Amino acid sequence: MIPAIQLEQVQKHFGGLAALKGVDLTIEQGEFFALLGPNGAGKSTLINLLAGLLKPTSGKLSVLGFDVQAQYADARRALGVVPQELVFDPFFNVREMLRFQAGYFGRGRENDAWVDEIIECLGLTDKAHTNMRRLSGGMKRRALIAQALAHKPPVIVLDEPTAGVDVELRQMLWEFIKRLNREGHTIILTTHYLEEAETLCSRVAMMKQGEIVALDSTQNLLNRLPGKNLQLKLADALPTSLMDLVKFADGLDYTLALNEVAQVEFVLTELRAANVAVVDMQLIEADLEDVFVNLVGRA
Amino acid sequence: MMANLRGPWTLFKKELLRFWRVSFQTVAAPVMTALLYLLVFSHVLEGRVQVHGVSYTTFLIPGLIMMSVLQNAFANSSSSLIQSKVMGNLVFVLLTPISYLQFFLAFLAASVIRGLVVGLGIYLVAILFVDLPITYPWLILAFAITGSALLGAFGIVAGIWADKFDQMAAFQNFIIMPLSFLSGVFYSIHSLPPFWQTVSHFNPFFYMIDGFRYGFFGTGDISPAISLSVVAGSFFVLSWLTLKMLKSGYKLRG
Repeated sequence: MIPAIQLEQVQKHFGGLAALKGVDLTIEQGEFFALLGPNGAGKSTLINLLAGLLKPTSGKLSVLGFDVQAQYADARRALGVVPQELVFDPFFNVREMLRFQAGYFGRGRENDAWVDEIIECLGLTDKAHTNMRRLSGGMKRRALIAQALAHKPPVIVLDEPTAGVDVELRQMLWEFIKRLNREGHTIILTTHYLEEAETLCSRVAMMKQGEIVALDSTQNLLNRLPGKNLQLKLADALPTSLMDLVKFADGLDYTLALNEVAQVEFVLTELRAANVAVVDMQLIEADLEDVFVNLVGRA
Repeated sequence: MMANLRGPWTLFKKELLRFWRVSFQTVAAPVMTALLYLLVFSHVLEGRVQVHGVSYTTFLIPGLIMMSVLQNAFANSSSSLIQSKVMGNLVFVLLTPISYLQFFLAFLAASVIRGLVVGLGIYLVAILFVDLPITYPWLILAFAITGSALLGAFGIVAGIWADKFDQMAAFQNFIIMPLSFLSGVFYSIHSLPPFWQTVSHFNPFFYMIDGFRYGFFGTGDISPAISLSVVAGSFFVLSWLTLKMLKSGYKLRG
């Protein structure tokens, strides 16, 4: 099957700055894929190259087999991109903007049913005839997402779609996007909310300084850190003998990083010896954030 | 409609609707401004000056119409592009399969329409007060269309080049305004000293205004064939440059 996205040795330089340093990446059709990395890692550059907003310094990019430079019209028809910035056209209302956006991609009145469906699924029904200027930030974000979907693209790129939006929209958005994924759309997501990537995405690429430093299934990445986190709420300060294990501390709340479950017994023995009472205790698996921090470092 | 033509057609419609939504600002205001010029200049000079055998007020109207056509054609493409760039919403068009040629044609056609709408508005109000002859209607239309297309293309260049409203204002005030005011809108260049007559021949606005006026009176400062050739030639050269700019992605696609 033709990959949804393929990058071969893609480099992008801005003057002397190498934003992408020879990236190879293949995303298969129907995947729910996460692209993670700290600010400046090159995620947005990669997306802008795919969307044709930037030109690569070298290398090849394709969307559903269409070269984004040589066959830009077919490549762009296959792609829907939700930009990170909250941009809008102040002259028009939501429905007009969606119709225009679909029209730019060659879709006419036959697309109206789909536009209505997007409006409903993203909770924009009440605002369909409201000028974009009058929408709240969250509503503008919904409209932005709707615009990217207006031509029903088979490959959807969501660049930080839930940045600064409320829980209701997040849930509504992810339900809708999961449905699109089930119907065969390929989803590529960048997000700073790593729990979203962990929950939704079957495969993850982690980027750092213009390179992909990890590319694997979400489960394999999680398995890379076999350790556990021990969350403790103590009645007194943690004994100094356990300080080496501290991953996070806030007052008398501690998160200790353990290599194996057997270390729990050692921790409890040390606490008893120091006469420190345990108020609450929880043993949790390492999550994608731990893997991210381990591979990429804190952003 | 063929799917691949629906894209540029939608962009054209959107551009038309954009200026029509603010028609007080984009149509009514320039019509009002032109009529104020007409009122003031005709009040001061009517009865004292005759140009090309017609009264000054009659002489003035075609020049004012054409000046407004040109200024508004420029304003349409340039302001739409600079606003979209500053607001960031130009990305909605850049993400689409619309080609650089289709992009150019959609913006150009919308500019021509706005220029013609403003020109028609001034004409319709002016003929309520002044008897204005029309000798060669096809020349009037030819100059209005080629002139507004030339300025529409220039507006696209300015809109792409400018990064700030300040830079766009410089384009308007230091290029478009002087060229249009010094083009013979308010006078025949034969009334100028020989040096300034020669200088006027390097001003493309002069040919647009004079050719347009020729269509009304059947007389002018220069042959309309020469004027039309200069205007059409300038349009093709500027369009070629604009298309090269768009194809390269200058300031639009990094």
